Amino acid sequence: MSTSSSGYYLPEPSHWPITGSIGLFSVFAGAAMWLNQVGVGPMVLGFGLAVFIYMLFGWFGTVIRESEGGIFNRQVDVSFRWGMFWFIFSEVMFFAGFFGALFYARVLSVPWLGGAGGELSTHEFLWPAFSPSWPMNVIPKPEDFTVYKEVIPAWGVPAVNTIILLSSGGTVTLAHWALKKNQRRALCWWLFATLTLGFLFVGIQASEYAHAYEELGLTLNSGIYGTTFFMLTGFHGLHVTIGATMLTVIWARALSGHFKPDHHFGFEAVAWYWHFVDVVWLGLFVFVYWL
Amino acid sequence: MSDAVMHGHEHHDHHPTGWKRWLFTTNHKDIGTLYLTLALVMFFVGGAMAMVIRLELMHPGLQYVDPQFFNSMATLHALVMIFGVVMPGTVGFANWLIPMMIGAPDMALPRLNNWSFWILPFAFSLLLLTLFLPGGGPAGGWTLYPPLMLQTGAAMPFVIFAIHFMGASSIMGSINIIATIFNMRAPGMTFMRLPLFVWTWLITSFLLIATIPVLAGAVTMLLTDKYFGTSFFNAAGGGDPVLFQHVFWFFGHPEVYILILPSFGIVSQILPTFSRKPLFGYESMVYATASIAFLSFFVWAHHKFTVGMPLAGELFFMYATMSIAVPTGVKVFNWIATMWRGSLTFETPMLFAIAFVVLFTIGGFSGLMLGITPADFQYHDTYFVVAHFHYVLVTGAVFGMLGGVYYWLPKWTGHMYDETLGKWHFWLSAISVNVLFFPQHFLGLAGMPRRIPDYALQFAEWNFISSIGGFVFGLSQLLFLYIIVKCIRAGAKASDQVWDGAHGLEWTLPSPPPYHSFVSPPMVTDATAHS
Ligand code: HEM
Ligand SMILES: [Cu+2]
Repeated sequence: MSTSSSGYYLPEPSHWPITGSIGLFSVFAGAAMWLNQVGVGPMVLGFGLAVFIYMLFGWFGTVIRESEGGIFNRQVDVSFRWGMFWFIFSEVMFFAGFFGALFYARVLSVPWLGGAGGELSTHEFLWPAFSPSWPMNVIPKPEDFTVYKEVIPAWGVPAVNTIILLSSGGTVTLAHWALKKNQRRALCWWLFATLTLGFLFVGIQASEYAHAYEELGLTLNSGIYGTTFFMLTGFHGLHVTIGATMLTVIWARALSGHFKPDHHFGFEAVAWYWHFVDVVWLGLFVFVYWL
Repeated sequence: MSDAVMHGHEHHDHHPTGWKRWLFTTNHKDIGTLYLTLALVMFFVGGAMAMVIRLELMHPGLQYVDPQFFNSMATLHALVMIFGVVMPGTVGFANWLIPMMIGAPDMALPRLNNWSFWILPFAFSLLLLTLFLPGGGPAGGWTLYPPLMLQTGAAMPFVIFAIHFMGASSIMGSINIIATIFNMRAPGMTFMRLPLFVWTWLITSFLLIATIPVLAGAVTMLLTDKYFGTSFFNAAGGGDPVLFQHVFWFFGHPEVYILILPSFGIVSQILPTFSRKPLFGYESMVYATASIAFLSFFVWAHHKFTVGMPLAGELFFMYATMSIAVPTGVKVFNWIATMWRGSLTFETPMLFAIAFVVLFTIGGFSGLMLGITPADFQYHDTYFVVAHFHYVLVTGAVFGMLGGVYYWLPKWTGHMYDETLGKWHFWLSAISVNVLFFPQHFLGLAGMPRRIPDYALQFAEWNFISSIGGFVFGLSQLLFLYIIVKCIRAGAKASDQVWDGAHGLEWTLPSPPPYHSFVSPPMVTDATAHS
């Protein structure tokens, strides 16, 4: 029963989705209350997160048991693949929105604020002293913002981080090759190396943030440069954290004997996600740090 | 072997009963019913808001509500109708029909399917509870433009998270639909044999996955601008409020096609059935739909011609907008050619489909007028725009869905609806909707601005007429509710074929169809394929 013509796979009714909705609802409601300075906000948020994480364990646990129980046929495997592919595509578009904001600011609106284009009088009337440059001194009305001394240069720590993340893309591929040749020890070690590099990257980013906030005065509140810098690298860092967590999960699964050379979509899904995170970083390195 | 695997014949449609059935269901029909029910409920919620708007606008001056509340009605009406009626409604159609049309037992990812639905009631609770918060509901318009939107009170984060939440539902729903269409087709159901409804949903799903994340980004930027000190839209920090309009409409224009394409699909199913002729130009319909979707990514700035863009931008977006008229024209031509020399009969679904073709085209033409940059400088932010998008959305998207409900209700429930009442519903709706929206063209051309509770005296007559049309239209929809309930509870037994001219796999199943549509895949040949 491995082809679609002899049997379809149809899961039983499940309570995990509604559990997830309750979790997410509490996360959102809690966060919104928190932003409105309602005292119970953080607690509702925490409760929601706990429920959500419980749901993730329960739901993925069910799918993993089914998968290891051998009841997924080829058709289910392909559905999962399409699902993951389009999910990653949606993530790409999420980042595209923020890159779009970065390009719009750099190429159009910041120069316009400085009087480029000629027809716009914002510059003349509002902030005639403002002269645009990127990344330095770009705040038209500095009184309202945290003015920064310096930005983080590309060829220091970010370049190191690039090497770390790119090599983690390599190690996850080595892990995949090992899995396909059924070399379990190598699989586990390469996976371990990948997730270590992933968390190392997150750690280094965190210390860079601390450096930016405390020594350079570069914050979210530092005008459009600080805004795009932290939002882009921040969302990326969040995705690296999620990816590294997923790597940890499949590492634990590999240690306990999951995945077969010809049946390991869970592994591949995480690997795809990891490559996606990698590619976004390259975009960040070039357009946020370097150019 | 677990009983989660189904073999050809061991028919298992035992499932929990009562509320558990609906809460935990992984069945495409149950989930489709849930989506459609939610859409129907929200149709009346959003409709009630529209009644408030039309009531206040019936006479000049301020009589019933204060301006802030009026604006939050306008904002929530739009959000509810777009995200709560047309989007879930069309997903409900997709859930019910796609597996039946492509010869599959269910959707590709049934648990995800449950989640996509069960997010929505929670998301709408977040959205609607804002009406009870200090400062009231969001009142900056459904387009959420800063800096106005940033003045929202306590409602702000609730609205934004509700949009994130609904977006998650749409993305998961779309992923499921694409995976189903790619991966669950019966043998012989090639892409070029897919019923047009399936094609339109495939393309709609792609639009959703590509643009909803951008909307999520845009509202996230609003949130951080308001609460975390970023300056995306704050010129004092080097940002630009116009940036929001770009990001929003990059989502927003494809979104209008997300709203209309499934109805294009529904109408393309209905017209051949009651013309007793195959759809004219099937392939060109597929290509036209795909080109409309592709072009929809390059026209967004026609929503903001007046905001101050470089001339090259104004011209580019004007020509790009005009070019969408070409594939749209192909579709309208094909619908008419399908009816040409057919043996037409005018059952309720057909009436709605024909009204769709005529009235949607009127909306398309006013769209073309708006797409001409210099003309739009005159029309922008007037009631002309309101008239335009209600022709494409109400007499377009919503009429398509209403026709679809009448068309498939006998299949879904196993009962016929009351044809006489159906015709009453159609004629009442079709006449009143024109009384409601056609005068708004005149109001707009005469310069009445949109989104205000009061207006100058010279606009009084047409507003009064429009409001009367609005009340009649609103009341007529109660008849629709009654017809549905009556059909489910007491309708005559429907045959499997239901409509003598109908083609497609869904009509080969019993009415109502078995719990799992096709337990063993049917063989599809040219003869059994599309309609
Ligand atoms: C036939 C092709 C179409 C063209 C050329 C077109 C053009 C336009 C233009 C230029 C505007 C902006 C007007 C202004 O604000 O000054 C507009 C607004 C709008 N259109 Fe269309 N349109 C078309 C079809 C559609 C369709 C099919 C839908 C939805 C089903 C739609 C929904 C809307 C909505 C909702 C707005 C108003 C958004 C807002 O400002 O709140 N349009 N259209
Ligand atoms: Cu548009």
